Amino acid sequence: MSVVTLLYYALVAFISALLVVNLLKSRKWERDVLYVLVLLPFLLRLLRLK
Amino acid sequence: MSGRLLAQKFVVISLGIALLATSGASFYKSRRLKEPVVLGPGVTTVRPLSTWFAPLRGTANDCNVYFLDGRTPGATMLVLGGSHPEEPAGRLVTWILAENAIVQKGRLIVVLSTNRSATTVTRLGGAYPPDFSIPTDFGSRTFRMGDRFTNPLDQWPDPEVYFHYPSGQQLAYVDIRNVNRVWPGRANGTLTEQTAYALMEMIKREKVDIELDLHEAELQYPVISTIVTHQRGQDMATLVSMTLTDSEFKIGTEFSPRTLHGLSHREIGDFSPAVSLLAETPEPFLDATRGITSREQLLTGRDEFVVKAGQHGLLFEKIDEKGWPIAVRVGRHTSTLLQIAETWGEDHPDKLLVISGVPRYKEVIANGVGHYLHDPAKAAGRVVYE
Repeated sequence: MSVVTLLYYALVAFISALLVVNLLKSRKWERDVLYVLVLLPFLLRLLRLK
Repeated sequence: MSGRLLAQKFVVISLGIALLATSGASFYKSRRLKEPVVLGPGVTTVRPLSTWFAPLRGTANDCNVYFLDGRTPGATMLVLGGSHPEEPAGRLVTWILAENAIVQKGRLIVVLSTNRSATTVTRLGGAYPPDFSIPTDFGSRTFRMGDRFTNPLDQWPDPEVYFHYPSGQQLAYVDIRNVNRVWPGRANGTLTEQTAYALMEMIKREKVDIELDLHEAELQYPVISTIVTHQRGQDMATLVSMTLTDSEFKIGTEFSPRTLHGLSHREIGDFSPAVSLLAETPEPFLDATRGITSREQLLTGRDEFVVKAGQHGLLFEKIDEKGWPIAVRVGRHTSTLLQIAETWGEDHPDKLLVISGVPRYKEVIANGVGHYLHDPAKAAGRVVYE
């Protein structure tokens, strides 16, 4: 795995963590749904599924 | 956090986990679906592609290479299926060869998954089905749908601009993952370039005389229902298309542009002694104006929206309500392949290629593709997986 790819995965993990933090902080259910939907492709990539 | 808020988080996160699990399971299965190949009586050996280029060993593109040695020496023909796995007719033809063909004179080398990595992913955002099934005499056989490009999980990142090696020609950035834009490959290049390089090594070391790359095309693409040929194969390809048009179905001939690089019909001919050819059949599934991108559309080739495009004169091939069924597309390729072998023999009587056991156009349409796929459950010891 190249350095660029490792950095890419680190970036994906960082953004995923930000989304999770925002998900936990939010108080509106509409925003919760939005955060979960945005988070999904990041997690799928992090898990190397898609 | 109040109890109500906790309940809200629990519900939304549970929903997210359920979506992640179902989509993740689908992608996982799609990437790892095993495709059995029942080795026919003509297969003499199966070797990994890394035999000719060791760095490919253990990668997604270390595909199987099937050798069908004839009883007597003659010409060697290489058939490539799965350069673009989303064009299934080509892959199915190579399956028919591996499971049925017998070579009397000469040698056949068959690759079912030229870009194996591209068989493990579907077009991002394209809503492709993950797989498709072909009905057979014993049930059905399921194949990975695949894409045109190497899976980004296996090759990433794409460059901003892709310069083809060794010509230096600028091509679309995404074509760095398109095996039919990276020929003749590069030993220290990307996975896709290394795959083409390994195949070139095999072509040279195994002294391949004829190479045929099997493809399908959208009806809005002008290079369709044709054989594309390197200049050294022009006479043969023209004679093949004339014979087929006279006896079985209409097919044209296109000459490979000398200054368009990266394609098999150009580079294999330029960088090896082999005559390089590429065959195209119509696949409405690929058309941008298609309707629902479903398994049924893929296999029947029926699509009212593509028909409508045809009524407006936007297509380079005819289509009606009958569509372009998979048996028609596979049959076109099998007849083209067999006709190439016959025509080669007329010019090279001292170096023949005689193949039997492979159905021609009308037989495939009459019996269906699945009739030529065999039951892995009844072939113990003769099954390998793609």
